[in-house]
Amino acid sequence: MEKIVDARGLPCPQPVLLTRDALRESDTVMTIVDSDTARHNVTRMAEKAGYTVQAEEREDGVYLRIVRGEAAPQPAPAPAPAPSGGPLVLVIPSELMGRGEHEELGQILIRGFLHTLNEVSPLPDVIILFNSGVKLVVEGSPVLEDLRTLEAQGVQILACGTCLGYYGLKEKVVVGEISNMYTIAETMMQAGKVVSL
Amino acid sequence: MGLGSPDDATVYRMENGTLLVATADFFAPVVDDAYTYGAIAAANSISDVYAMGGTPFLALNLAAIPSDMPPEIAAEIFRGGMEKAREAGVIVAGGHTMDDKEPKYGLAVIGTVVPERLLLKGGARPGERLVLTKPLGSGIITTAYKSGQASPEVLAQAVPWMLRLNRDAVRAVHATSARGATDVTGFGFLGHATEMALAARVRFRIRADRVPILEVARPLADLWLFPGGTAANEMYFGQWVTFDPSIPEEVRMLLFDAQTNGGILAAIPAAEMDRFAEACQALDQPFWEVGEVLEGEPGIEVVARD
Repeated sequence: MEKIVDARGLPCPQPVLLTRDALRESDTVMTIVDSDTARHNVTRMAEKAGYTVQAEEREDGVYLRIVRGEAAPQPAPAPAPAPSGGPLVLVIPSELMGRGEHEELGQILIRGFLHTLNEVSPLPDVIILFNSGVKLVVEGSPVLEDLRTLEAQGVQILACGTCLGYYGLKEKVVVGEISNMYTIAETMMQAGKVVSL
Repeated sequence: MGLGSPDDATVYRMENGTLLVATADFFAPVVDDAYTYGAIAAANSISDVYAMGGTPFLALNLAAIPSDMPPEIAAEIFRGGMEKAREAGVIVAGGHTMDDKEPKYGLAVIGTVVPERLLLKGGARPGERLVLTKPLGSGIITTAYKSGQASPEVLAQAVPWMLRLNRDAVRAVHATSARGATDVTGFGFLGHATEMALAARVRFRIRADRVPILEVARPLADLWLFPGGTAANEMYFGQWVTFDPSIPEEVRMLLFDAQTNGGILAAIPAAEMDRFAEACQALDQPFWEVGEVLEGEPGIEVVARD
């Protein structure tokens, strides 16, 4: 008999405590959470204790099906939850593309990449720029036109505020929005797929 | 001095050349006793000035007090904060209190620092040794206690460390030519270590067996009673951290555990380690050597042992 634990709205470690109590009474538990940290903590606790965890993201929360042992007997073995549903996130951690002997090549490549990106399908839903990548969204960047075009097509562009602050470029941002680590971390964790340059 | 990089506190150069250090922090109770809570919150707020190498001298109370809280309880919180501030040589002059369901308390703190003594997250240099001045575990212990999973005796193991000012730890750092330091708080040991490594563009090698962890925290880690902040730290900072496969999961999480008024993490030139140890001894300040600074890909590698 599957036990259901509704841990939505509860701070850690309550979801972990309630799930563990339920696992004492039942080999199969469905824990419903609504935060990434609760999902992470419950999953890690259960896996460490020898359970298998399957997560299903629904409108009203993340449903974690926790089953003793390795193979989870599924009445209708759905195909492995494909990385669909969540947004496609492109991560740009540097103002250069790739690493090599010559910076100039890295600049040529990033210009080429962002220009080409406008013409391929699918477009990313979100572009996250951090570290020296944030230099691409400020005055004087060689890729402003392409980023503006992407933005006009509905691509959300998030530049790491900490990084802009580090380089003293916060006032110079001309495309996209200045974001914070919470949003960046959340966007990456909720992504259907993350592509990192 | 508009420091363009994130650090523990804001530094401002006044017209006469003096560097002012300003910071503010406040949080909800981590212990039951009102006086102790006030003192821990004050020590935690003041710590950011120490982490910059500064000397604090003035503070303002920042508080949220529920309207139904007995006035004598609120007074105890303020008294705890004021006496801890006095221990640090800080005058608390006023502040602001608002009404809220859950109490919150902390200080806005002002200090000064001379440029040669400024300690920055980005100050670590390859070849230096990493030292930590308090054991880890306050996050999981206070969280477990709040949810009824840890006894007052367990909590009591963490309280003296949370109460302890980071003043002497920084005095010992200042006995050397070290420039890289931070205090270990909400992002946990590995989160703050990552910030330092990335800011200095260096690689930290951490020896997991040398990182001090309060013994009473380990059974709580086995039960996975980590606060949400600790899980968030691992999810975010994990991208820059690699672990030796032999290091157990719960130890990895303890290294990410969000700390309340944790210790100073500093990079000390190898040749000055003796001087640092002597200064610590003279000040009765414990410390643990937990790793070293290397050249290479900025980030952290955690090894089990040498």
